[in-house]
Amino acid sequence: MSVELDVFVGNTTIMDKEVYQLWLNGYTVNDAVKVRMEGGVMEECEASAEVLLSDTMDQFRTFQMCERLLQNPAKLANQLLFQIPPDRQAMLIERYYAFADAFVREVLGKKLSKGTKKDLDDVSAKTGITLKSCRRQFDNFKRVFKVVEELKGPLVENIRQHFLLPDQLARDYAAIVFFANNRFETGKKKLQYLTFQDFAFCAGQLINNWTVGAVDNMVEDMDVDLDKEFLQDLKDLKILIADKDLLDQHKSLVCVALRGKTKVFNEMETNFKNLSRGLVNIAAKLTNPKDVRDFFIDLVEKFIEPCKSDRWTATDVNLYLTHYTNSAHILDSFKYQTVWTRYMGVIKSCILRMYHE
Amino acid sequence: MPGKLKAKVVAGRHLPVMDRASDLTDAFVEVKFGTTTFKTDVCPKSLNPQWNSEWFKFEVDDEDLQDEPLQITVLDHDTYSANDAIGKVYIDIDPLLCSEAATVISGWFPIYDTIHGIRGEINVLVKVDLFNDLNRFRQSSCGVKFFCTTSIPRCFRAVLIHGFVEELVVNEDPEYQWIDRIRTPRASNEARQRLISLMSGELQRKIGLKVLEMGGNAVVGYLQCFDLEGESGLVVRAIGTACTLDKISSTYTAAIVQNLSNSSPSKDMKDSPQAVPSALGCRSTHSSPVHSASSRLSQGFSVSVPTLLFAGMKNRHRSSEGPRARQCRAGFGEEAPGVPLSSGPPTPLRAQTFSSFSPSKSYSRQSSSSDTELSLTPKTAPPLHHPDFWLSGQTQRARARICLSPSSPIHQCKSSPIPTTKVPRSTTPPPLHVSQSDTAMLRKSVSFSEDLLLVASGMGSGGSAGKEAGPLKALLRQQTQSALEQREFPFFTLTGFPPAFLLHVGGVVSARSVKLLDRIHNPDEPETRDAWWEELRQEIKSHAKALGCHAVVGYSESTSICEEVCILSASGTAAILSSRFVQDGALDTDHRLSRQQASVFTTGAEKGEGVMGSSASLGFEDVAPPACGFCHIPYDELNMPFPAQLTYCHCCRRHKVPDVLFTTIDVPTEANVTGKGCLIQARLCRTKKKGQGEGNATAISNLLPFLEYELHTQLLNKLKLRGMNALFGLRVQISVGDTMLLGLASATGVYLTALPSPGGIQIAGKTPNDITYEQHISNMQKKINDTIAKNKELYEINPPKLFTLDPDAFRSINTEFVEEVIGSPIPEPRQRSRLFRSHSESSDEVLELDLSHGKKDAFVLEIDDTDAIEDIHSLLTDAPTPPGFYSCNTEIMPGIYNWTSGLQMFTSVRVFRLSNANLTNQGLNKIFNDLCENLLKSLYFKLRSMVPCCLCHVNFIVAVPEDELIQVAVTAVAMSFDKDQSQENGRQSGDKTLMKAITENEEQLQFPLELSAESPSNPLSCAKGLSEVSGPLPSARAPSVDHSSFTDRCSSWIEQLRLKAHTIRRGSIKTMSSLEKASPVPEGRSRSLRSNRSCPGSSITVVKMTPLSFIPGAKIIKYLGIINMFFIRETTSLREEGGVSGFLHSFIAEVFAMVRAHVAALGGNAVVSYSMKECVFMENPNKNQAQCLINVSGDAVIFIRESELEATPSQTQSGNVQTSSNGEGT
Repeated sequence: MSVELDVFVGNTTIMDKEVYQLWLNGYTVNDAVKVRMEGGVMEECEASAEVLLSDTMDQFRTFQMCERLLQNPAKLANQLLFQIPPDRQAMLIERYYAFADAFVREVLGKKLSKGTKKDLDDVSAKTGITLKSCRRQFDNFKRVFKVVEELKGPLVENIRQHFLLPDQLARDYAAIVFFANNRFETGKKKLQYLTFQDFAFCAGQLINNWTVGAVDNMVEDMDVDLDKEFLQDLKDLKILIADKDLLDQHKSLVCVALRGKTKVFNEMETNFKNLSRGLVNIAAKLTNPKDVRDFFIDLVEKFIEPCKSDRWTATDVNLYLTHYTNSAHILDSFKYQTVWTRYMGVIKSCILRMYHE
Repeated sequence: MPGKLKAKVVAGRHLPVMDRASDLTDAFVEVKFGTTTFKTDVCPKSLNPQWNSEWFKFEVDDEDLQDEPLQITVLDHDTYSANDAIGKVYIDIDPLLCSEAATVISGWFPIYDTIHGIRGEINVLVKVDLFNDLNRFRQSSCGVKFFCTTSIPRCFRAVLIHGFVEELVVNEDPEYQWIDRIRTPRASNEARQRLISLMSGELQRKIGLKVLEMGGNAVVGYLQCFDLEGESGLVVRAIGTACTLDKISSTYTAAIVQNLSNSSPSKDMKDSPQAVPSALGCRSTHSSPVHSASSRLSQGFSVSVPTLLFAGMKNRHRSSEGPRARQCRAGFGEEAPGVPLSSGPPTPLRAQTFSSFSPSKSYSRQSSSSDTELSLTPKTAPPLHHPDFWLSGQTQRARARICLSPSSPIHQCKSSPIPTTKVPRSTTPPPLHVSQSDTAMLRKSVSFSEDLLLVASGMGSGGSAGKEAGPLKALLRQQTQSALEQREFPFFTLTGFPPAFLLHVGGVVSARSVKLLDRIHNPDEPETRDAWWEELRQEIKSHAKALGCHAVVGYSESTSICEEVCILSASGTAAILSSRFVQDGALDTDHRLSRQQASVFTTGAEKGEGVMGSSASLGFEDVAPPACGFCHIPYDELNMPFPAQLTYCHCCRRHKVPDVLFTTIDVPTEANVTGKGCLIQARLCRTKKKGQGEGNATAISNLLPFLEYELHTQLLNKLKLRGMNALFGLRVQISVGDTMLLGLASATGVYLTALPSPGGIQIAGKTPNDITYEQHISNMQKKINDTIAKNKELYEINPPKLFTLDPDAFRSINTEFVEEVIGSPIPEPRQRSRLFRSHSESSDEVLELDLSHGKKDAFVLEIDDTDAIEDIHSLLTDAPTPPGFYSCNTEIMPGIYNWTSGLQMFTSVRVFRLSNANLTNQGLNKIFNDLCENLLKSLYFKLRSMVPCCLCHVNFIVAVPEDELIQVAVTAVAMSFDKDQSQENGRQSGDKTLMKAITENEEQLQFPLELSAESPSNPLSCAKGLSEVSGPLPSARAPSVDHSSFTDRCSSWIEQLRLKAHTIRRGSIKTMSSLEKASPVPEGRSRSLRSNRSCPGSSITVVKMTPLSFIPGAKIIKYLGIINMFFIRETTSLREEGGVSGFLHSFIAEVFAMVRAHVAALGGNAVVSYSMKECVFMENPNKNQAQCLINVSGDAVIFIRESELEATPSQTQSGNVQTSSNGEGT
């Protein structure tokens, strides 16, 4: 004796948020039932395990049927098959495209290729996220990437319109796409302490300031690639460290400004040249794709770590970078003010964000 | 050439990729109507093509407009190979043919393919220009409105209710044609879909013609069904109630449509039966046709009467409180002494029946005359035992006894009821009309037998038609030609009525018949099927008469087919209706049935008066308040064929009411209900040997009585367990499979304030010596008592204290019957009646025993075998609904008034596989029971977020698709309500709505009242209980029946049949009525309405669906037409689609989507009275295949929230005026 077929279809599609989450998490029906039982729905509603199983299976099936639409959220809004109230639709989409920080940290900056997908079982093992869920998240990344890659206009806006995502989530996806496109290295040990949100913040900075779109969003190219001209121009900044006078002048200006304002003044004074060299070198090398990838590592190694070892506080860093940036403007012989501002603005906010005390 | 159909293909979207190379599609569209086809250009390489075609114009007959769907096919252009079809859309343009419905169809339709499901959407515009048709002989019936709703649709009022219309068309099933072997499944499915679409168009047109002929302009309660008879063909049949409707806001100008009042000879005949009042309650009969002689025999005691009486048994149970049950037992005991029947009268009975029947088998085949003789005998016999009893006793017994039957008039009286069969009735003793009794009785008995004869002969003919068409068939056909035909059946498919329309309710009448299918040779002459139904309807009618009723309401028909065996079922509620909505001439039903069967027919109104008068003469000048009027018994208390306990109505205290009332209708709005109601189901499974042909049919018909009997017993028990006393919306389904029979009875139990409080249930053991046993019993008794108490609390049943009427009061009213009946039934009456009826001794004894039982009220369940114990267990294992939930299968739940707008319609399907082939009946029962219970539990769980809520209109469909499969499909709507209010102000708000309803009613009644001015007697001034209703008292019906001899009757009956055969039934007669179609006027208005509402293209209109006829908190402002859709879906990749569940899940979702799309395209935002009538699912997992057929229907409407209501313009009546003027022309 067995239930051969068991189906429930509502005119308005019934979806339980909790079950949806279990499905998204990649649980099997049986596991989901267990989780739900532990969650106490049964007592609440006098349901039996059988009922719970039936309900779970049914909803999982519904989600599966919806999945095709969720992969193209614009369709969800004007399809006829499921009648879902708009707020529900938004919920479905948002949750479908939501991802685990743990997962994204593993994949961030990697090429969204089949190769990466094959490695997902390792990711799954490492993060404790089910393979199924990993795949969904990975496929989401890839899908968004593919669609957006070809589009003109602002990245975040494109994502939001195409996938009907809320603003924050769209920004996160923009970051993911941006990282994937530029293949920033994020997996190194030294970078492990950074969260996805740190990177997303940095990505935002880069997108808003260093891409072609940042200057002129009507341009053919989009937000996804860094502005090549700008990267070229960055080479000019080398003068700041190559020219000894300039370097000394810069240092003294900064020291004057900071004296008495920070406890780590001495360390700063001693390290100034190193730090400045580090930052300017990073800028100078960015024309090389390989060095672009290492951008974050470089920031950490060349700047953040030295500061940390000297026990700078975030305020110290902020103070230093502010004056470091501003002082350069006062240097008479330094002519690359625009590029410098554009460069240092991003560097400063990135470093501040990445500087965990 | 009365119509020009115009269609325009705008665009497509979400098309599937048809060209793998480019991942795109080169789509074009073919638009086909009838034989004409247009094509659009190819829109290359796009999944969202914009065709923006010109208007394709089809010039067609309106007949075709009604029959044919517009067929839109989307294809992928292929340069080298054949073009691939992407999918199709069928658009039923019927709604455009009615001036008041939609004026344009415009919207996105899912492109549907029977193999792949929905594949994208297409935007289409369709319009129709209709020209006036002056042809008097036309075949079309444009303009007749169709409603699935089984009450008067919300924005209309009923001017007249003409009565029953039915039609049936047959064809070969394309799936079984030879060509099917060589064509693709897709082609075959499409042929089928198209054919059914055509057939239902034709059916609707033909019914429309009948309506026009009757002078109506609408069909309400339109119920269309398909019978997939496999090899033998495809039957599409429909029934409905013809009405003349008027838009409420419009000023009614014209015309009562003239009905042909025919007084056919047959009427007389019919009258006679009425004279015999009988029981209320259910009577069900099974008529197994010719084929299985044996079965037939078993059923009807009389060969001639195919009816089965087991119902009687049930009834008995119900009605009978303790004592009665005993009686039954006793009765049986006589036959098979020593085997006491417990409440569920199992085996012994069966055995008896069989044996006794067998000899008689030969009869069935024989001429009708012989049959009749036989039939007569049994009738008389049963009285001996106990009137009620009777039926169950069944034929054999009866037969054997015949000689015994005393010849006194009294006996005859009793006997008469018997033939009527099973009426579950109420209690016995009817004091009222005693005075008349003697003569009346005599007469009645006479008439009765006549009735029987008639039926008998009918059966014979029907039977013969079934297999070999005998001469009778020919007769039948000829007879059908009479134009009176429509009035043939005083049936109404309505379940809700204008106030004061329903005067009295007798009880459920039902009839079943087992037929062997044979190939339909000539699709144009479906006379066999017609005859089958005819036969069944006759039977229903005679049952109704036996209950003293002249009409059947809440009428429906259904079939269950398993290979070549087909069970036809019909059921309804016997009732007495007010004549006010029924035109004099038109309703010959009235006449026919009227008790005063005068040769000159009085008008309905007059008749009413007559009734009043007579009642007055009896000292009942007081009229019952309308609220309880329908509970009063319509039949003569003295002549109840079955035992029922009558008491005085607890509301008016003047009229008799039964102790239990079963009906198939909704709870009347005016009914006084105490507390809340609940869904009650009886479920039963019976194994059956595999069989073939006649043997199989026989076996089935032998089982049916028991099945039905037990279902009723269960219902009654469960009802008592909940402390309730009435069932509404009763629907009994019997499904056949190869190896089993399934029975499912669903109803909504309520406590009618007017009816007596039900007694408890008392358990009695049979083996008193055993102490543990006794303990067990007392435990059980305690449990039952607890449950009843708990239920009373749960459903808030706190009836007003029994009125302690001074018996004297009654006495004064009813001098003759003083002793009888005070408040609750007392044994006394029974004794008395016994005297009257001269019971056999044994039954007397039993009675005495009963009396010794302390609790007279109690309903005694006797545990004498494991069966009964099982029964009781199952009784107790029905899980209560979880807190916050209520459920019912009627439209609304009594006691809940403040609905919020939360609404969720759903369909749930389960298929259960019985892995163990050797199951016992108990085992099967348990499985089936669990299946249903679990399904309900799942529903509650799913819908828990809506709490507090009520599942309304819970509709179960059971089927046995294969040997070991049980399929249950449920469609219902969950509606949430406001809890606080319900508790605190519930009553008040309820009152308010009631008041509202009443005022509306008043509005509705305006016209009818005017009408009634001519016919003086409408005593019902409706509304608020101020007015008084005169229920026609039973007495009225007694008198002047002038019966001729049996033989005369017979011949006249045959004549009648002959007449009937000539009717327009086939649509062969041209109607003279011409209906003009007014397209232009309303168009402008409704257009503007629409445009506000649907912004094309962009977002998707939310379409609500509900099986109810209304939407809480909203007002329906326009009916756009009927939705009636049939889909087939097939897959050859079952596993890939998620197995059977995945397959069916997406199919149902697709069906919903298509219904919504069609409604939205008509400009609507809801479907009301939605129902899924068919869900046939077949699988072959080994081949990875499955197929499913679904048929759904409903009414597309525009509603607006009450809050927005002020803005609503009041609308058009032009259509009405036109129709009515047409009517005049008729």
